[in-house]
Amino acid sequence: MNESINIPWLVGSLVAAIAFVALNASMLVWLERKVAGHIQRRIGPKEVGPFGLFQSFADGLKLMSKQLIVPECSDRILFKVAPLLVMVPAIMSFVVIPFSENLVARNINIGLLVIFAFASVNVLGLLLGGWGSANKYAVISGARAVSQNVAYEIPMLVTVVTMIMVTQTMNLNEIVLQQPDIFHWYIFRLNASPLMPVAFLIFFVCSMAETNRAPFDLGEAESELVAGFHTEYAGMGFGLFFLGEYANVFIGCSLATILFLGGWQSPFGVFPGVWWFLLKVYTLIFVVMWARWTFPRTTLYGLLNLSWKILIPISLFNLVLTGVMLKVF
Amino acid sequence: MRFAALDKLLALGRANSLWPMTFGLACCAIEMMATGASRFDLDRFGAGVFRPAPRQSDVMIVAGTISKKMAPAIATLYDQMPEPKWVVAMGNCAISGGPFVFEGQYGIVEGADKFLPVDVYIPGCPPRPEALIEGLLQLEEKITGSRRFPRVEPQRA
Repeated sequence: MNESINIPWLVGSLVAAIAFVALNASMLVWLERKVAGHIQRRIGPKEVGPFGLFQSFADGLKLMSKQLIVPECSDRILFKVAPLLVMVPAIMSFVVIPFSENLVARNINIGLLVIFAFASVNVLGLLLGGWGSANKYAVISGARAVSQNVAYEIPMLVTVVTMIMVTQTMNLNEIVLQQPDIFHWYIFRLNASPLMPVAFLIFFVCSMAETNRAPFDLGEAESELVAGFHTEYAGMGFGLFFLGEYANVFIGCSLATILFLGGWQSPFGVFPGVWWFLLKVYTLIFVVMWARWTFPRTTLYGLLNLSWKILIPISLFNLVLTGVMLKVF
Repeated sequence: MRFAALDKLLALGRANSLWPMTFGLACCAIEMMATGASRFDLDRFGAGVFRPAPRQSDVMIVAGTISKKMAPAIATLYDQMPEPKWVVAMGNCAISGGPFVFEGQYGIVEGADKFLPVDVYIPGCPPRPEALIEGLLQLEEKITGSRRFPRVEPQRA
């Protein structure tokens, strides 16, 4: 699988990944405000450009031209590094995501491992951002983000281990190749484990919680914590946290697509390609937004109870069941 | 070097994403909430992102009566906002003290412009949501120098 490293291809895909992250985030912000608007019987942005499409560019211009404030008592280095710690791993994860059979920057055999290694750096950025800004609300929010991420990483990883047992590979492209049509999508492979749809649900809920999206956005609960870990961030520091969040949402949804919904394969076995991948991912992202604007924010103990008392036992049971099924059949 | 075009672009960006601060002082705040909600929808103009932290907001809408006890907190919030920032005085109390101006009055600051640089005054007690939207359009006009919609003239009988 591993050829010699092609430098121009790598540089090109890095530039493409950064451009994609920025464009994806700006479009998702617009989409989110539109979805929120329509769910609340409003229209949402409509005056800035056609259908309000230039709204995110106006926001970006404004955020970039705002004054940068570094609070006097803050830890200057941590304060400036934290947004990068959220942003850079998100971009790095794009290296192994297969958009189509050949549209992948590095097709390596430990793709899943790489993504989870980078994804766990994200929470460090949130914690250091909260700690570095020397603000009591930001520190509380950072602690919450850590407890939440630790709690939800376990069922997520157990589910992923189950999937690795079934697929027998960590290469994302090979996982996609094993699902040529809708009956071979892993979400419907009930002969591998009867709990596959449940595993998909667990994975999806966990990726929602990992990216701090509502109803799990306890880290930025306005009613109690001002704005959470980015309380003290003005201008583009805040903008980077936002870009990172949307990039992480995209990565979570694309992983769910690759593992369970057949990645870039078409449901009917014809015309596989990047459009199917994007269609599935953006459908999942729409579901994430739908959940955000439908459910109220959970409480902290409700959140931890959901993980430790429901998701972890079910995912462990699924792991054992899948192992038994693999051994018996 | 001519930076006029860049300045214009920045002004357009700023005018089209005026994020207000989430805080209300009195009954005007109820009208402000109505402006953000479904019937009037401030988000149409990109101004509906009410940010909870002063560091991320651009406009301070002083919506209501400013008591002398509250004034230092408002001044602190204003100082915490990053430049460029604007202040909108919403309602008669924030303009001049409104109905609270009388002899022997001891608890009310008579107008936000006693301690803040106010950009736009919106009269009314409280102003209707349309008036707040008009005020924000005025602020956009102040930033960009051009008006988004034609001005509405009062009808003559």
